[in-house]
Amino acid sequence: MANMTSAVSFQKVSRHFGSVRAVDGVDLDIRSGEFFAMLGPSGSGKTTCLRLIAGFEQPTAGHIAIFGESADGVPPYRRNVNTVFQDYALFPHLNVLDNVAYGLMVKGVAKAERMSKAEEALKLVQLPGYGGRRPGQLSGGQRQRVALARALVNEPKVLLLDEPLGALDLKLRENMQEELKLLQKALGITFVFVTHDQGEALSMADRVAVFNNGRVAQIGTPEEIYQKPQTRFVADFVGSSNVLPPDFVKRYSGQNRWGSLRPEAIRITRATSGDGVPARVLSLHYMGAATRLALDAQGLRLNATLPAGAALPEQGESVVLTFNRESLHVMEDGA
Amino acid sequence: MRSDPNGRAPLPLKLAAAAGLLFLHLPILLIFVYAFTTEEKSYQWPPPGLTLQWFAVTWNRPDVWQALQLSVQVASIATAIALVLGTLCAAAISSSKFFGREAISLLVILPIALPGIITGISLRSAFSLMEIPFSTWTIMLGHATFCVVVVYNNAVARFRRTSGSMIEASMDLGAKGLQTFRHVVLPNIGTALVAGGMLAFALSFDEVIVTTFTAGQQQTLPIWMLEELIRPRQRPVTNVVAMVVVLVTLLPILAAYYLTRDGDQIAGSGK
Repeated sequence: MANMTSAVSFQKVSRHFGSVRAVDGVDLDIRSGEFFAMLGPSGSGKTTCLRLIAGFEQPTAGHIAIFGESADGVPPYRRNVNTVFQDYALFPHLNVLDNVAYGLMVKGVAKAERMSKAEEALKLVQLPGYGGRRPGQLSGGQRQRVALARALVNEPKVLLLDEPLGALDLKLRENMQEELKLLQKALGITFVFVTHDQGEALSMADRVAVFNNGRVAQIGTPEEIYQKPQTRFVADFVGSSNVLPPDFVKRYSGQNRWGSLRPEAIRITRATSGDGVPARVLSLHYMGAATRLALDAQGLRLNATLPAGAALPEQGESVVLTFNRESLHVMEDGA
Repeated sequence: MRSDPNGRAPLPLKLAAAAGLLFLHLPILLIFVYAFTTEEKSYQWPPPGLTLQWFAVTWNRPDVWQALQLSVQVASIATAIALVLGTLCAAAISSSKFFGREAISLLVILPIALPGIITGISLRSAFSLMEIPFSTWTIMLGHATFCVVVVYNNAVARFRRTSGSMIEASMDLGAKGLQTFRHVVLPNIGTALVAGGMLAFALSFDEVIVTTFTAGQQQTLPIWMLEELIRPRQRPVTNVVAMVVVLVTLLPILAAYYLTRDGDQIAGSGK
């Protein structure tokens, strides 16, 4: 039986389309009131999971419960869950206020009440007084806020967001990340957020589920996902960590497993020999706050980042790499 | 090759265009003129005199009224059938992917590409084979075959421009199927349906070939006009009716044109 404190729980949920296993035996427990991110490359099953929660898809196998109630066979219109769509899906024939009031209208809420609630919701997303406009007259960022207001006005128990920031430019995206986070804290609603942008997932979410090939590769806090990736895929996908082969890891930890080493954990000494891993600098990429180095450690390609102001080696120079034993993270992937 | 930036066409081209338009539309004017002629046995040019008497004569001929009534009836029912079937078909084709989708799309459009005479012959033999007596209903079914195409084409174009997630958004916000249809689908495809319906009505209203093959003793207006042309009495009555038919079919087509044009703007503004 599902845990009563969990907002959404997946038990061995699969969704197959013909021979394609879009979602394959996923177990999830999304806690009430948390900001939960589903992160993964396209085709990894994260969006299908979101659609399973919304009710647009039904699982091929397994069970989904929303706040302890089984969602088996429950259509989208009877779930206390609302979605912010990737393309916003605003109704072009209705003005902004009627768009926001739509959910209340179909539920039979009296006109005066639904209009005042819709106006309130527009204030919440900082678009007061925009009610009379058509969606076509709004900018991308404004449409996104309307879509948010249209979902929130129904007071859902879970708000689903399908790559809601994907269509916005960088500056706007950063503002919206901040705002979504504050909104979620203020409302206390469970947010489930789908994204392929690891930076977005790490900065916004309380917990992150990393998806790969229809399965959950790892669930954890952003710190756990970033510092202690359990598989090569997670290490590589989240923040381009250095993935180290078992024979390398064995020398330092004694375990015959794959390991990961964050680029910023590598220290570089300008020397031709010494205590550490000899390497050659292949290239340097200036990135503002840091400089990224591509290194060749006896055939092993490594990335390192040096903070601004650090002494930089030159391209082609021989260096010696050192790192703390603790920063070498041994993963679950065996040899 | 780019056209002249001033938008000025050479004189011969202008003359050719004018001649083409005259060739298309002068004969129609001729029909209008003959509705007012005093000569009733043959079409004589120039008309020996002008009169309005044929309007009164036409008004008092019961066979005209019967034919007109039948045509309106057939066109209305055929359009109604087409609206239901065409919309459903367009919705299915545009919103889901399934095996044989393109084939079905082609099969739906085929009746309008086929010569009417083929549709007519095949329907006639099919009705005979099934021992369905020829009646007003067989005419309506015959007309519905090509009316569906017009509605389908209009609806499918609009469905393709309508975001599929809009229907999901409606359901997500708590709307059941019928509510979604009424509040989201219909407002978005409504003008396309009106336009398609009007075109379908106009097509059915002046259809001759399929009607000839699927009718029993019934005479729709175009059939009545064909019969009337052979008879040497009260000829201008046919012309009066022709004028009315031109107006009745032209107005809906014009309206359909303006409706779909507006529809483009509505759909575009949602982007």
